[in-house]
Order: sequence, then structure tokens, then C-alpha cells
Amino acid sequence: MSDVLGNIPPETSDSLAVLEKQRSTAETFGIPLAVLLEITHRCPLQCPYCSNPVELDRSGKELTTEEWKKVLSELAEIGVLQVHFSGGEPTARKDLVELVKHASDAGLYTNLITSAVLLTRERLSDLADAGLCHVQISFQGVEEGLADRVAGYKNAHRKKLEVAKWTRELDLPLTVNAVMHRQNLHHLPDIIQMALDLDADRLEVANVQYYGWALKNRAALMPTVAQLDECTRLVEEARERLKGRLTIDYVVPDYYALRPKKCMGGWGRQFFNISPAGKVLPCHAAESITGLEFESVRSNHSIAWIWQNSEAFNRYRGTGWMKEPCKSCEFREIDFGGCRCQAFALTGDAANTDPACALSPLHETIFKQAEREAEGETNRFLYRNFAGGTLESENDA
Amino acid sequence: MAGPRNISVSEASRPVLPRHAKLKFDETRKVWVILAPERVLAPDEIAVEVLQLCNGERSVGDVADQLAAKYAAPREAILTDVIAMLQDLADKGFLTEAREKTS
Repeated sequence: MSDVLGNIPPETSDSLAVLEKQRSTAETFGIPLAVLLEITHRCPLQCPYCSNPVELDRSGKELTTEEWKKVLSELAEIGVLQVHFSGGEPTARKDLVELVKHASDAGLYTNLITSAVLLTRERLSDLADAGLCHVQISFQGVEEGLADRVAGYKNAHRKKLEVAKWTRELDLPLTVNAVMHRQNLHHLPDIIQMALDLDADRLEVANVQYYGWALKNRAALMPTVAQLDECTRLVEEARERLKGRLTIDYVVPDYYALRPKKCMGGWGRQFFNISPAGKVLPCHAAESITGLEFESVRSNHSIAWIWQNSEAFNRYRGTGWMKEPCKSCEFREIDFGGCRCQAFALTGDAANTDPACALSPLHETIFKQAEREAEGETNRFLYRNFAGGTLESENDA
Repeated sequence: MAGPRNISVSEASRPVLPRHAKLKFDETRKVWVILAPERVLAPDEIAVEVLQLCNGERSVGDVADQLAAKYAAPREAILTDVIAMLQDLADKGFLTEAREKTS
């Protein structure tokens, strides 16, 4: 779900600097500009790369309408400017229109990050009236057969196209979020065309990031180096061709990079999200790191206090926690050692260098393993669900 | 539907921020911001002043006239700067033109 993280466009002119770049948040850890609200983990789709944790929050644990409203008011008060309503599938919450209205009234810029399959035209119209500023719809491909198979939901693709059309009819800006992997990367030119045909303003070409569910499905999803090179070439060509017409954000899988990504802009530096049960997290995968305790909005602490003072946020903040090779690395304040969740998942210690970094002793092994998996024959998915996942039948793969 | 895309800003254009780009004063950080999908831009003082004047009715030429009068500065230089700034915003997808008006 890189979709919600990229606040920094590739280049900026003098008069339109990106706020984050204008002032360093390094010392102050000022309140983030945008916050991701995962208001539920319920979702009718079963995508094998879902960014939710493998241990999903059940509906009984979800914050109530009143609790979310209190959170929204508090976020606006402490200086958050944008909120992303996400999930799971946020439209699975019956109170979504009410929450969007509350957020808009509090002055927040509201984004809806949705799979779209549960939306009716009337509900989308109600959301627009409630002040919704922007709709982002995830797509699993361009071909019904493959797209619906990835989503694990019949007629999902057709429904998404319909909702995308309504979105533009209601004069809401549209982002097409295309999650890319080995089994659909060859459709990228058609996906770019689909975004244009849908009159989208933005397209996110988001290669799968391999944590949680996606890590379990890595062998079925990992692209080859050749596929990725072609993807990068196509994105660069399309960006130039469609300048001023379609903004394209691009996220590469970091396994094939030499340098790790500056995950979340650095732990606890410019991003947090709130889980369905109200946990305030440095990233949506953070709960996968065992041994960290995360504070809840249900605690006695304010959100600002949790951001500034809680143990989980301070654990990997800045550079003090680093070991070698990060500790003495000249890039330590550029990438902050990569992704803590990935370091934990692949090395067992979140304080290790992210193996995506060429300086990690594990980099070579992991790169080779990814390459092997990419060349492999395994296309079967483990679908995401509350039961811990269901393996796709061999006949369907 | 939103206004045209791929706009080329000229003296006669009547630009306006599209619905999805909101100019707002951020009380916490004490700066003006443009809120847009997945973006927060920080326009400088001049950009803010220009954008406040761009209401879809005034032309870029009108805006340059007003600024030239206000700052007693050469109009041509101001016009060039204003067009460059607005074009940059348009190229990023954060500017539209008002639909044809029957003035």
C-alpha cells in the first residue's frame, strides 16, 4: 500500500515546494501532514498481497463511530491536514458517510481508498455530498479473468469500472491504483490506457511490497528483473507522454534495488496510521514486529503524546538505534536503514539493516532467492482472509 | 466534469484551482498549503496571492495588472513569472480553466 505514503512528488519548482522538504522534521518530529485510517479489516476481496497484517482485527474490536469521530477531531486539532479512509474495505463500515462528513467539517482533506465493489451510485453520491475530496480505486488488472482471480471475487473488475465511471460523473478526482506483480506486469500498457479511458487524474503503478500476506505469496508474485526493467521503461515513457494529463506515481519492489527505500520516510518521522482497533502505528505492517507494544487511542494518552513519546515510535526513530553497517553509513539519514518490518521478517531483528540494501550481509542471498522464485512455476495464491488464508485450487491457478 | 486538462497558460487564460486542490492556511504550521490527492504543496507568498486572484473569471492578464499596480512593478516581468508559476501547477495537474463563460 505504497499508495498512501508518497507525499513527495519527484520534482518541485521554487514557488511550490513540498512542505516536507521546506522544513526538516528531523528534530521536531512534527505531526504528520497525512494519516492513514484503517477503519476496518473486513473486505470482500481476498487479494494475496493484501497490506493488512496476517492477524486481522475482527469487527468486534473496531472503534465505534463515536470513537472514530473523536479521533478525527483530535487529528484536525493537532495539525493533520489529510486523512485516508482505508481498510480492509472502508465502505464495509456503515458509518462511512458520517465519518467523512465529520472529517470534512473538521477541515480535513479526505481520501477514500477503496476496492469499490460494495459501492452503489447513491452511496458514492452521498460521500461526495459529505465532502469527500478524492477517490482511489484499486485495480487487479485489465482482464476480467485475471483481475477477478487475483481479487478472489467474481465480477470485481466490472464493478470497479462502473464505480470509476460514477466517480468522474460526480466530478470527484480519481486515482487508479494498479498493484503490479509477475502475473500482471505484461498488462501495464493496457493499464495505463485504462486509467486514461477512465479519465483518472492519477495512476499509481505500485509493485507489490513483500510483507505479511505478500511475503507468503512471494513465489507466485515476484517479477523477474527483465519484467521490472520493462515496467520502469514504460512508466518513464508514459510520464513524459502524459505530462499534465495523468500523474503517474511509481513504486518498485525493493528486492532488486541496491539501496533500500526510505520506508515511511523513516520510522516515526512523517507518518502514522490507526488500526481498526485504534492502535497508533508507525506503519501499517508494524504489528508484525513482535516485542513492540503499541498505544491505543483508547488509552489515556493523546494521539500527539503517543506520536512524540511512546516507546514504539521512539524505538527506531532517528539513527541512535542503528547497528553496523547502518551506524557508520553515509546514507543513514537518507534511507534510515530501509524498512524495519522487512528487516524483522527476513532477519528476525528489526534493528538489522533491511536486506534490500546491498550492504546487508543477507542482500545477495535474498536477491538470488527472489530471482529463483521469479523464474519458478508457482502461480497459486494463498488468499487473504480471517481464517489465516486459503490456498487457491490447483485448477484455477 | 472537471475542466480541460493539458492546459497551456497564456495571458488570456482564466485559470482556477480544480475541486481536488484546496488552498488553505495551515494554522498549526503557519503556512499556506495546497491540499491535493496524496500531496501537500507549500506555495510561496506570491503564488498564494496569485492563486487567490485566480477565480476562473479573472484572466492571467488581469491578475498581472493587479499585481503590477499593487507593487508598482513592470507588468511584463510579472506576467512572465505568473505564467511560469501557473504552468508549473497545470503540468502537475493542479490547475484547470473555467468553462466558457457568457460574460
